[in-house]
Amino acid sequence: MSALISPPAPSGAVGRLLRSRLAAALATPHTVDRYLERFNPMWAAHEVRARIVSVHRETAGQDTAPVATLTLQPTSTWRGHRAGQHVLVGVELPGSAKRLTRAFSISSAASAPGEQITLTIRAHDEGQVSSYLVREAQPGTILHLSQAQGEFTLVESPATPTNNHLLFITGGSGITPAMSMVRTLLRDGYDGRAGRKVTFLHFARSPEDQIFAEELAGIAAADNDVTVHLRHGDQVFSEFELRRLVPDHRNTDTWLCGPAGLVDLVRDAYTDGEGELSPRLRMEFFKPAVARTAQPGETVEGEVSFTRSGKSAAATGASLLEQAEELGLKPEFGCRMGICFSCTRTKTAGTVRNVLTGEESSLPDEEIRICVTSAAGDCHIDL
Amino acid sequence: MTATVTEHDEKYHGLTAEQIEKLGEELDAIRQRVIADLGETDAAYLRKVVTTQRKLEIAGRALFYLPVVGWVPAVACLSVSKILDNMEIGHNVMHGQYDFLGDPAFNSRMFDWDTVCPGEQWKYSHNYIHHTFTNIVGKDRDVGYGILRMDPEQKWHPYYLGNPLYAFLLMTFFEWGVALHDLEVENIVSGKRKLADNKPLYPGLMRKIRKQALKDYVLFPALTGPLFPLTFAGNAVANLVRNVWAFNIIFCGHFPAGVASFSEEETENETRGHWYLRQMLGSANIKGSKLMHVMSGNLSHQIEHHLFPDLPARRYPEIAGEVQEICERYGLPYNTGRLSQQLFSVFRKIVRYSFPGGTAKVSPVRGPGSVTEDSLAA
Ligand SMILES: Cc1cc2nc3c(=O)[nH]c(=O)nc-3n(C[C@H](O)[C@H](O)[C@H](O)COP(=O)(O)OP(=O)(O)OC[C@H]3O[C@@H](n4cnc5c(N)ncnc54)[C@H](O)[C@@H]3O)c2cc1C
Ligand code: FES
Repeated sequence: MSALISPPAPSGAVGRLLRSRLAAALATPHTVDRYLERFNPMWAAHEVRARIVSVHRETAGQDTAPVATLTLQPTSTWRGHRAGQHVLVGVELPGSAKRLTRAFSISSAASAPGEQITLTIRAHDEGQVSSYLVREAQPGTILHLSQAQGEFTLVESPATPTNNHLLFITGGSGITPAMSMVRTLLRDGYDGRAGRKVTFLHFARSPEDQIFAEELAGIAAADNDVTVHLRHGDQVFSEFELRRLVPDHRNTDTWLCGPAGLVDLVRDAYTDGEGELSPRLRMEFFKPAVARTAQPGETVEGEVSFTRSGKSAAATGASLLEQAEELGLKPEFGCRMGICFSCTRTKTAGTVRNVLTGEESSLPDEEIRICVTSAAGDCHIDL
Repeated sequence: MTATVTEHDEKYHGLTAEQIEKLGEELDAIRQRVIADLGETDAAYLRKVVTTQRKLEIAGRALFYLPVVGWVPAVACLSVSKILDNMEIGHNVMHGQYDFLGDPAFNSRMFDWDTVCPGEQWKYSHNYIHHTFTNIVGKDRDVGYGILRMDPEQKWHPYYLGNPLYAFLLMTFFEWGVALHDLEVENIVSGKRKLADNKPLYPGLMRKIRKQALKDYVLFPALTGPLFPLTFAGNAVANLVRNVWAFNIIFCGHFPAGVASFSEEETENETRGHWYLRQMLGSANIKGSKLMHVMSGNLSHQIEHHLFPDLPARRYPEIAGEVQEICERYGLPYNTGRLSQQLFSVFRKIVRYSFPGGTAKVSPVRGPGSVTEDSLAA
């Protein structure tokens, strides 16, 4: 086991040498990592890879989707993470040798460079990556990682105490980033003496489906000013209940992560009479928040041509990835929300709209992420 | 073959439009079958070749530290490493053959190879221009590389008396020839292209040349200290060996006797079936051992490569039999021969076309294997 835990990745002087400009110049046109990885997957100069150290079942999931926590030992290139951030995980699925990339929030407390992290993953019934990681992945398996990313992070720490009240509202596997934040606070000595409260409100389908049940019970029982409210089954979110738990919730720093239904209800609770959403509410989505991109009533004129396959269709306002899939094409994708760049393709001509920013562009030969781009007129995609 | 014959296509060995469509469908079926079967074995093969190449490269670089005795093995290792990098790895990865793996290390959009030609530019001139307009005189710039006269449809000019000399120089400096190929100098001379069109290409080209030269001719030699001149020379020889090998393989793929060329008019309104036919008739294979295929990046199966440029090249040998069988059934030539045979044939062509004239038309032969000699003697 210890062989799995200790990273044989080059660090110190060797690491510095491997990251030097000299090494890069000697390896050109390839990168130093392209040499190292051929000899040991845990050697890296720039990229991040991780070896699975252990797989721990969180819920049995007889009837429902089981959840597991993977402990990962990253290469020495791991720069650490802030609580609430996620990583892109590249997995080579056995049988197809195809690498798929998905985003997972880190469930362990904030990490320092080279330190172990955990991911807590729910196996979706037909989910390729999540099923593999939860049901089949074994200690020793190598995963490809990005550095930690995302701005859904904790803004407070015991080192910079304020008397702000912190509120976490989560549902299902959306508990992971919030768990990382609470674990970070507690690990770093948070004990409520600063006079601020932490409220943790979580919704799970059933008690059997409750992730981290024991740990949460421990946190709730301890004298630390962290209150934990677990709701199961029919006990769905209500603004009325929230107001009782956190009277001034709209002016409380809130981190929200969960399924679409929960997110919609909470958003309403943070929207005032004038329709203004409180800026104190921060959200993280595990599923693409944008599916249809054209505004209601807006019609898109134009034809989308996928030039390599010779297929085309009228622009519908859906993302180019969806339009391609509707035509039976199978372009590569990862997150489907514009963060992993797996779906990048070249738009050779025409006008497209970035659905995240609304920005339109008519540049030829532009690299676009087709999962967050829709046609804004005629356009040609190299696919 | 009892299709209702309406329209015979002379250029395509008398096949009817209907037969050509049928041929296209048969080839599409092979393609689909291979695509459905892609997976771990292809990935494992590629990784094995890459590991071998990286080990040879490291061994080659290290052997230069052994004065005298190390030099020849060092050059040998480095030459083989560069050949593998360019042919079985670079050429094939940049064709998108391994994009299906989803591994950035073998993604056609990110890969670059160990030559002075920037992968980015090569992908345009080779993947797009050459593979789309294969052997269409006036469009496919690989016909003679804008330097040589390799086809009677190219108008003769006294300049072409130097054909053999140019071919020799192109062979020696092949990587530079490939790099400068993208600048389309001949089109600038003829006025088809403006000098300004090349401007955006210079920075990428210069960057690549600088990096390649720095590595092979400054840094690695310098790291061997007093052995600098020997290492420098060894690296130069390794690049030369790769150049000579690559040139020969590539010329055997398109220029042996019996390979057809096409005019722009002939290829207007081409169907997919016609496209397949043009690829078949415009390429030639080299017979040889497994090692020969690996070292040529399986371009010894140039016919299969031209039919299916984005299928992993390691699959070409396994489908070659089927492709040849299809050719026989349709009465089409399947141009193949031993390396020496194909080289000699190319050599004759280079010499023949330095003089005026020559005939292009492959005699409308039908039947298997009947095209090994052409009408060059005319
Ligand atoms: C920033 C971010 C952080 C994330 N953190 C976590 C985490 O900590 N733990 C975790 O378990 N997941 C997390 N996810 C979700 C994760 O990235 C995958 O989407 C999920 O694991 C399913 O991937 P898959 O390959 O198994 O499914 P796929 O093979 O991609 O999809 C199969 C089926 O599942 C459906 N599906 C895909 N994703 C979801 C989803 N999120 N919810 C419901 N149905 C879905 C698809 O519509 C499809 O029908 C996160 C996502 C993002 C964007
Ligand atoms: S699928 Fe991740 S960016 Fe498009």
